[in-house]
Amino acid sequence: MNKGLSRRSFLRLAGAGVAGTSLGALGFGAAEAAEVAHVRAFRLTATTETRNTCTYCSVACGIILYAKGDLKAGETAELLHVEGDADHPTNRGTLCPKGAALKDFALSPTRAVKPRYRAPGGADWQDITWDAAFDKIARAIKDDRDQNFIARNDQGVTVNRWLSTGFLAASGTTNESAWLTYKTVRALGIVGFDNQARV
Amino acid sequence: MTNAWTDIKNTDLAIVMGGNAAEAHPCGFKWVTEAKANRGAKLIVVDPRFTRTAAVADYYAPIRPGSDIAFLLGVIRWCIANDKVQWEYVRNYTNATFLVREDYGWADGLFTGYDEEARRYDMTSWEYQIGEDGFARVDPAMTDPRCVWNLLKAHVEVYTPDFVETVCGTPKDRFLKICEMIGTCAAPDRVMTSLYALGWAQHSKGAQNIRGMAMLQLILGNVGLRGGGINALRGHSNIQGLTDIGLMSNLIPGYMNLPRDSEPDFATYMASRAFRPLRPGQTSYWQNYRKFFVSFQKAMWGGAATAENDWAFDYLPKLDIPSYDILKMFDMMAKGEVNLYFCQGFNPLMSFPNRAKLTEGLSKLKLLVVMDPLQTETAHFWENHGAFNDVDPAAIQTEVLELPTTCFAEDEGALVNSGRWLQWHWPAATPPGAARGDVWIMSSIFRRVRALYEAEGGAFPDPILKLSWDYADASEPTPEELAKEMNGRALTDLADPADATQILLAAGRQLQTFGQLRDDGSTMCGCWIFSGSWTEDGNMMARRDNSDPGDAGMFLNWSFAWPMNRRILYNRASADLAGKPWDPARKLIEWDGAKWTGYDVPDIGVTAKPGEVMPFIMTNEGVGKLFSRKGMVDGPFPTHMEPFESPVENLLNPALRGNPAARVFPEDLAQMATGDEFPYVGTSYRLTEHFHTWTKHNLVNAALQPEFFVEISEQLAAEKGIRGGQQVRVWSKRGEVWAKAVVTKRIKPMICAGKTVHVVGIPLHWGFTGVARKGWGPNSLTPFVGDANIQTPEFKAFLVNIEPVEGGPLA
Amino acid sequence: MTGRAPEPVTAAANPPVEPLEANLGARDVVRASAMPNLPAPDRSLTEVAKLIDVSKCIGCKACQSACAEWNETHPEIGVNTGVYENPPDLSAEMFTLMRFTEYDNPDTGNFEWLIRKDGCMHCAEPGCLAACPAPGAIVKYSNGIVDFIHENCIGCGYCIIGCPFDVPRISPRDNRSYKCTLCSDRVAMGQGPACAKSCPTQAIVFGTKAAMIEHANDRIADLKSRGYANAGVYDPPGVGGTHVIYVLHHADQPSLYAGLPDDPQVAATVSAWKGANKTIGLAAMGLAAAGAVLHGLFGRANRVSAEDEVEAQALVDREREGDA
Repeated sequence: MNKGLSRRSFLRLAGAGVAGTSLGALGFGAAEAAEVAHVRAFRLTATTETRNTCTYCSVACGIILYAKGDLKAGETAELLHVEGDADHPTNRGTLCPKGAALKDFALSPTRAVKPRYRAPGGADWQDITWDAAFDKIARAIKDDRDQNFIARNDQGVTVNRWLSTGFLAASGTTNESAWLTYKTVRALGIVGFDNQARV
Repeated sequence: MTNAWTDIKNTDLAIVMGGNAAEAHPCGFKWVTEAKANRGAKLIVVDPRFTRTAAVADYYAPIRPGSDIAFLLGVIRWCIANDKVQWEYVRNYTNATFLVREDYGWADGLFTGYDEEARRYDMTSWEYQIGEDGFARVDPAMTDPRCVWNLLKAHVEVYTPDFVETVCGTPKDRFLKICEMIGTCAAPDRVMTSLYALGWAQHSKGAQNIRGMAMLQLILGNVGLRGGGINALRGHSNIQGLTDIGLMSNLIPGYMNLPRDSEPDFATYMASRAFRPLRPGQTSYWQNYRKFFVSFQKAMWGGAATAENDWAFDYLPKLDIPSYDILKMFDMMAKGEVNLYFCQGFNPLMSFPNRAKLTEGLSKLKLLVVMDPLQTETAHFWENHGAFNDVDPAAIQTEVLELPTTCFAEDEGALVNSGRWLQWHWPAATPPGAARGDVWIMSSIFRRVRALYEAEGGAFPDPILKLSWDYADASEPTPEELAKEMNGRALTDLADPADATQILLAAGRQLQTFGQLRDDGSTMCGCWIFSGSWTEDGNMMARRDNSDPGDAGMFLNWSFAWPMNRRILYNRASADLAGKPWDPARKLIEWDGAKWTGYDVPDIGVTAKPGEVMPFIMTNEGVGKLFSRKGMVDGPFPTHMEPFESPVENLLNPALRGNPAARVFPEDLAQMATGDEFPYVGTSYRLTEHFHTWTKHNLVNAALQPEFFVEISEQLAAEKGIRGGQQVRVWSKRGEVWAKAVVTKRIKPMICAGKTVHVVGIPLHWGFTGVARKGWGPNSLTPFVGDANIQTPEFKAFLVNIEPVEGGPLA
Repeated sequence: MTGRAPEPVTAAANPPVEPLEANLGARDVVRASAMPNLPAPDRSLTEVAKLIDVSKCIGCKACQSACAEWNETHPEIGVNTGVYENPPDLSAEMFTLMRFTEYDNPDTGNFEWLIRKDGCMHCAEPGCLAACPAPGAIVKYSNGIVDFIHENCIGCGYCIIGCPFDVPRISPRDNRSYKCTLCSDRVAMGQGPACAKSCPTQAIVFGTKAAMIEHANDRIADLKSRGYANAGVYDPPGVGGTHVIYVLHHADQPSLYAGLPDDPQVAATVSAWKGANKTIGLAAMGLAAAGAVLHGLFGRANRVSAEDEVEAQALVDREREGDA
């Protein structure tokens, strides 16, 4: 609307319109709605459904992810909505305030979306490629392990442990990535190895 | 959990103590409301705060943080004194009848064998009397003063209702009412369930809190039954799985242990794992340890693990101390002894105690690698965020890599829930930006390291070079390949031991069950307890048949539960000695004259005759343990201990501080406060609107609970002149935080040992990254000490002070 | 289209993704604001209701979360003001809100934490609809849902005055009024509301009104067996009954629950418009509405306050003088 419209003239205009409505309401005229009554278009029509499990606590509620695009068909897929899976015996479709907003986790504005590097004493992040990041990590592992690996203890017992590097494992990752992580971390001889079971 | 979420509907009485199920596990808590609505069950809540679980409870009682053992042993004393005991269960299914050595004893808060200097017990005397036949001696009449039952009766004698009121601050009438409610569940046809979480674990004696309830449940005869059990509500979606697969300092998948320096070779290692039955005819299933271990080594190193090299025993690192857990590693880090640190989906800066010490440790690393879907505080520990993270970036020399990972919506695989169900899930969304999965990232790192060792040689390269890597695409193994490795398979044709011409399982076939494992190198299995999860019949974890025969709540064709798809552990104990269900209306399994049948997979050999093989087949005794023999480093029974920081002395022995067997580093002990300097009891917890420090990155969750606050009683608020909504400063001997004050009737002062004790409640969801308002967590304040057995930090009871603030750092 | 969606009977179901014809629309409108002569619909849907059992409610705010996610609203990230309510009030971005009351029960000596989900009650006699001067901006469907047709809304705020539960809110974004729709878009697809689907303890359930009353009676029997002698259903007759009903443990004192009206009635001013003075009353109301629109334009309060009413009346008086 035109903010320059004078207060008084607008009042007359609006007042007349509304008064007309009021008269209509009393049966003196046939007022019409500008827009016919309708409900919102259903958001999930023609989306792709995928069965998944909530990423938060250990109740492990069944969820259905609704996406635009089908990942299985090789398409790019965008998460549109998350809802509890009514077929799931534990949660029967229900979700808690975290689970009901799972989409916000996947689409968080503060998700990490590119590899970044912070130099010693630096005040900022720098972008880095995956390759460069892996090369840096592998070199650091190799050098530190070679330097600090303990093959034998003071009594001469073979102990093959590496104490100067530690690894904390995820609590929300899959068994399968946990197993691969276990294999690689133990093969290196790391014993400073832990997970989030205690917090 | 011994039982399943869906089984809670079968209970008559739920007790939530040491947890806050309605807030931390709302959809699991649903089954408590179902039991209430459909079978008239009652709910008891015992908590320092009147929580949202208490809001729907039938009965609530307050308790001082850190005094749970006194409460639980008080209940046990009351049950024994009032004949609220399931006698047939106790006599046959527990070690109540076992005789204990004459030199075992307890006095002044300490068990026999304590070494004050070393802060540890010599456990020699915590042992049964062993007869000449090599079995433990028992007294079925339970008249011998040295039988476990009589020792227990004597041990709990001090925990009178008056003692409980004095120590716990729980009004005596409320305590006694709860005893009466619990006591009803000693009847064979009444069952109680215990739902607990970190409210019990996060104490310097956390494991003993839990033992207190486990003992009570054995005395009531409630373990193994539908609607019963001892149910740890795990905090994270796959922390059960991560623990099952052994991602801890001292574990091998399936709850086996890394060797210690004292076990220099495989023979010694196995000799110290002689799981010989302590009673005639018992199973002691761990006798199969060697099969599990050899098959694990074959999964790790394939052909390089041979009988000749003791199945590559030396490829495993050995431990010189019980564990290099996170507290130990951060202590080493603060001393400059750690150079590289990896955080995969873990935000320790906001999760572990004494944040100042954590920041000091991270600042001494050479390289920190963070893999996470979110921008965590840990990855950003070097950034200055004013009072919220007051560091000088220029002074921190640590290199940091922040690697973006996928989240649930973008990855595939299984998670293990609290009820041990392995549930498969599928990806639906394209990862944002350059984010990649953990498997690809770990594979990429490992393969580069392996290439460096191949090219350059170096320190003991064998376990790296020979690590089994039998994947179609070496750069990114598939979830299916990895899941199949954990399930295990035959490496050669497995012949029937009774008839060598019969092949039970052909080479290359997936195992049907861990019963098929061999210790001769002919089978491989990454995690024996997961055997049966991906068989020749396919992915059992992806099963989605939600039918529930008998409405029992078992859902045997939905996903897969370890072990062997069993939904209730110790379910043999749901039936009496003759094999009849204690409560016919709550049948789980029963003996049909020839075999065990029922709604669950029997937790016993299906043809093991009742009365011969006892129900607790994993123990050497075959029965549940009221007396834990040598299982716990801080005592075979729980005993009342104060937190390291407590407003009152230990009434059993004023000279004791905290758990006398807990590990505490000297610098940290010096940072422990007394009630004179810091008069109020701080306790940490989750709120239902948030999940750890994750959901503060979510717009909706941030709106539902936007800002860090602390909760105090109206009385403390009046005493300190604090208004609701006002800014306060809370500080401990280790740090300070600023928060909004929530002044509430839900926290009330308690009287303990004649003193008024005020509680300051401190939720744990805020930090300096994300979309919610910046804040702190309780870990800026908490002491750097863990449980004596499992090293859970003492987050639930510590000392603080509080004051109102005008113009503090909050907006 | 693969057919028409069924009428909903529960919220515990998985929504369809195949295209279905909506089973709720213009043909099901039984009343519309400022449109008295609507023809009667040629069919009548089964009345539905949402039951909120406060004795099962754990105050987790899953309903708020699911509501914002389904309706794609963006509640503000506010501050802590010393209470658990967040956002601090209902808004055009938050259609439902948990309200928490700390209550020392003098009869039992027990402390109780009373938690009530607030939001639109979907009254059988909707005060908002009666008060609304904009044709077709508020409609009531034959299944009992009261819905706002935002395109027709003039942002006057009279629905707020008309509502005995103080529920609708004007959006500062588009100056239109918003409230819970009972997820009319889901209901049209045979589904229940997002809040009821998500509710972890099923304190919120959804179905036909008859089924919900039956369920309420079961719950009341259980509560009475636990000592809540005054447990009862809240389905207030002063507004003709509602399509959101509560089970209360203290049904004799609804106002204990964060001021739930003990005996709600359609506002007296709205009732008066239907009385002898309706012409003048409606004229006054229309001008008040115009005034409110102006207030919105000039960035002032969006709601019709008592002050607005006085000012509007003054404007009406001046207009009359001018016309005369």
